[in-house]
Amino acid sequence: MRLELRGITKRFGSLVANDHIDLTIEPGEIHALLGENGAGKTTLMNVLYGLTQPDEGQIVVDGEPVRFRTPGHAIRAGIGMVHQHFMLIPVFTVAENVMLGVERTKRLGFLDRRRARRDVQELSKRYGLAVDPDAVVEDLPVGVQQRVEIIKALLRQANVLILDEPTAVLTPQEIEDLFGVMRSLRDSGRSIVFITHKLKEVKAVADRITVIRRGRVVTTTTPAATEAELASLMVGRPVMLRVDKGPSRPGAPVLEVRDLRVLDDRGQTVVDGVTFGVRAGEIVAVAGVQGNGQTELTEAIMGLRPVAGGSIRVNGREMVGRSPREVLMAGVGYVPEDRQHDGLIVDFSVADNLILDMYHRPPFASGPSLRPRVVQESARQRSEEFDVRLTSIDDPASALSGGNQQKLVLARELSRPIQLFVAAQPTRGVDVGSTEFLHRRIVQQRDSGVAVLIVSSELDEVISLADRIAVMYRGRITGIVPPDTPREQIGLLMAGAGATGDGAVPPGRRPAASEGSVAVGEAEPTRRPR
Amino acid sequence: MTSTVATEERGGQLPPQGARRPSFGRWGRAFLDAAREGNAVVVTILAIVVALFIGALLIAFSTPSVDPKWAHFFSDPGGAIVAAAKAVGNSYYALFQGCIVSPATISAYLAGKQPLYQIFYPLSETVVGATPLILASLAVTVSFRAGLFNIGAQGQIITGGLLGAWIGFGLNLPPGIHQIVCLVGGFVGGAIWGWLAGWLKARTGAHEVITTIMLNYIAINLLTYLLNTPWFQAPGSTYSISANVDQSAVLPHLFGPNLRLNAGIFVALLCALGCAWLLNRSTIGFEFKAVGLNPDAARTAGMSVAKVAILVMIISGGLAGLAGTAQILGTDFNVTPGLASELGFTAITVSLLGRLGVGGTVMAAFLFGALNAGGTLMQASTGTPVDVVTVIQAIIVMFIAAPPLVRTIFRLRGSREGGEGQMLSAGWGG
Repeated sequence: MRLELRGITKRFGSLVANDHIDLTIEPGEIHALLGENGAGKTTLMNVLYGLTQPDEGQIVVDGEPVRFRTPGHAIRAGIGMVHQHFMLIPVFTVAENVMLGVERTKRLGFLDRRRARRDVQELSKRYGLAVDPDAVVEDLPVGVQQRVEIIKALLRQANVLILDEPTAVLTPQEIEDLFGVMRSLRDSGRSIVFITHKLKEVKAVADRITVIRRGRVVTTTTPAATEAELASLMVGRPVMLRVDKGPSRPGAPVLEVRDLRVLDDRGQTVVDGVTFGVRAGEIVAVAGVQGNGQTELTEAIMGLRPVAGGSIRVNGREMVGRSPREVLMAGVGYVPEDRQHDGLIVDFSVADNLILDMYHRPPFASGPSLRPRVVQESARQRSEEFDVRLTSIDDPASALSGGNQQKLVLARELSRPIQLFVAAQPTRGVDVGSTEFLHRRIVQQRDSGVAVLIVSSELDEVISLADRIAVMYRGRITGIVPPDTPREQIGLLMAGAGATGDGAVPPGRRPAASEGSVAVGEAEPTRRPR
Repeated sequence: MTSTVATEERGGQLPPQGARRPSFGRWGRAFLDAAREGNAVVVTILAIVVALFIGALLIAFSTPSVDPKWAHFFSDPGGAIVAAAKAVGNSYYALFQGCIVSPATISAYLAGKQPLYQIFYPLSETVVGATPLILASLAVTVSFRAGLFNIGAQGQIITGGLLGAWIGFGLNLPPGIHQIVCLVGGFVGGAIWGWLAGWLKARTGAHEVITTIMLNYIAINLLTYLLNTPWFQAPGSTYSISANVDQSAVLPHLFGPNLRLNAGIFVALLCALGCAWLLNRSTIGFEFKAVGLNPDAARTAGMSVAKVAILVMIISGGLAGLAGTAQILGTDFNVTPGLASELGFTAITVSLLGRLGVGGTVMAAFLFGALNAGGTLMQASTGTPVDVVTVIQAIIVMFIAAPPLVRTIFRLRGSREGGEGQMLSAGWGG
């Protein structure tokens, strides 16, 4: 099926979200739609999926102009969409979710579950979408849930599959698996529209790349383009992809973690005897596949999760058993992994979010009263200093893009005196321009003598930011290595090799182990439920 | 799905908001925005209009004098409609006379047949009715804003009222001090009941909706029991009724003995000011709102969610306790089994009608006070059952709770986000 968008224009008031966009999706290609947050990618796909109506332009399927008034029309025309947020019913099984809306019944109106199971099994075999049809969806890792969404679309005869930021929630392994699925779908003649702002992924999997900036198509190119070229096309100016930093000058130890043991909500040991330290003026990055205890480690340091054993010292003071406020006030800045959930109150104004952990102290409070004028003044300064793009500091934080929300969190945490800065996934879901900025600020902190602990599941980020890399696997640190260590070796540590803790890689292990070792749906730890 | 679109578009570097609206001049645009965005005030006013209309239909079809005319609707449609319109007009006119002012009393006063206070009697009744409503609704507003669904205002009104009344007739204190001690006692009485629910929530995670409802039952039975013990029962009485509070504890009437308007309204308005400060200008209120909107982020930012839960319930319960006490010291003077009647539940309605804002809550309480005062006269003078008022109140709140319905009726454009409704439904999970 050949899909064409001709001169699609969509306006919201005077804002032009899509400005005469022309796009052709050939059958059997993976077509990446690359653009920063807010460039108009999602609007375009909503037009294509019948969720919004274009003001101008037309959609042409195999030479026939069509109009999609509802998603139902689009689905019937063979278009499937996997949203960023999955539309699954958590307590249903995979098969039940897949048949939802297209239920087949036996005589007397009984649901034909067996047939649904068989459909799922068939599709998962054909395209390498490993899924157990009888598993309950809420027990599945995010990556597998995504596969269920894809199966759902395929079962509805989708010839063009739209994937909206599909990798934002996935671990590196899951991303690789997804790419495998995408390739096998393409080889079977279906086409895929891959919406993303991640350059590496585009280069890895796309056949053609259309770059969108401010609602317009900038160009359509091939993966032969370099990352730097793509980035500057996307942002509209040259972008630094490498972090520009000098050598570190480490000082006295600030954070000392010794034999730390932490349990998760179900009582399983998820941090298992971890020992490491961060000195003033250095960046230590914790690498590892998501779900190997990094989240719990940072939560334990911040006093947000009880500690089962061991010690955490900040500047020599024991922090175990202290409340989050005591830890924050001891000079620790914290950027939580999930900024929308833990880092911000999205319904609060930007100004209020900027004082979320300082509202009770001067200068923002005098006695029991807040001082709105000081709060406003400081908010104006901070948002300017940290380049938070906003209309008004009285707007809710939900009105900001992901990158600007993250800048907001950073602005708050870096605007009080800190000795230790803990940041979990500081650039997840953040566009290239903002990532550059955030990295620069983090390095600035290091250079001013702050001890920095970064947790990131993106190896690129870890390697470019860290002065030392601690790799975590199943709750243990499998090695602490310098950033010039070969990727392969770090990959092995991430897969559990060298669990002795000295960082040596035992001979005889092949790098392939890092990719294939995590079996679908079993060894892979389930993400923390929300 | 429009929200997805809007989110992405607002997220970009393109100029969001403001820029996308045609310019009309400042006031014109403000009005248009208000109307088209489904603004809270507009929706509220329209909800009241719709409710009055439905109330009118009820009156038109239920008034005995109009009934036979409907039977001849097809032979004499004019007659039926005129009669119905007359019935509606009379009822609503009586409602107005009962809560604002009656022209008849003005002319009677001018003719020298009636004293001046008669003119202000309806207004006084409105304010008297609003006084405990303001306090109880503030209690609900404060707790809802902190994400706690205090359904227990009813019980807290009772325990507060009991303690306040007991101090009122049990202790001998000079006037001035006596009222203050009574009011403090009333606050404490309600606060204890609220604290219980807050403490249970903080310590065991028991949901406050369940515990406050159960505490309501306990309070009601406690009231019935205590009214038959020597501590409370009026000396020499065999009824479930307490002694009157001492004259020194009574909240003074503001305009002489003929108008029931008393100093309780000052207590209520003072508390409203306090709540406005608390929610908008204080560090504690900042914590309340933060915990209410996102307890995880609040905890991450170093706030103690458990401490907030307890403190909120203490303040909320205390305000409800004040409502009971103000009613006893200002108008009732003694405790009866009907102490709280429906006050604690009406308060939830009022608070929602006020959209969980302090100013809105006070205004809504006055509206309900007026409807109640007017409804009494309406029933007395036109025979229209006072239940019509209850129906009107219920419909107003239903429309407030369902802004999309009002918007559909009046073809307003959808507001940008889910608004209150979303916040409310989100809270039930915790």
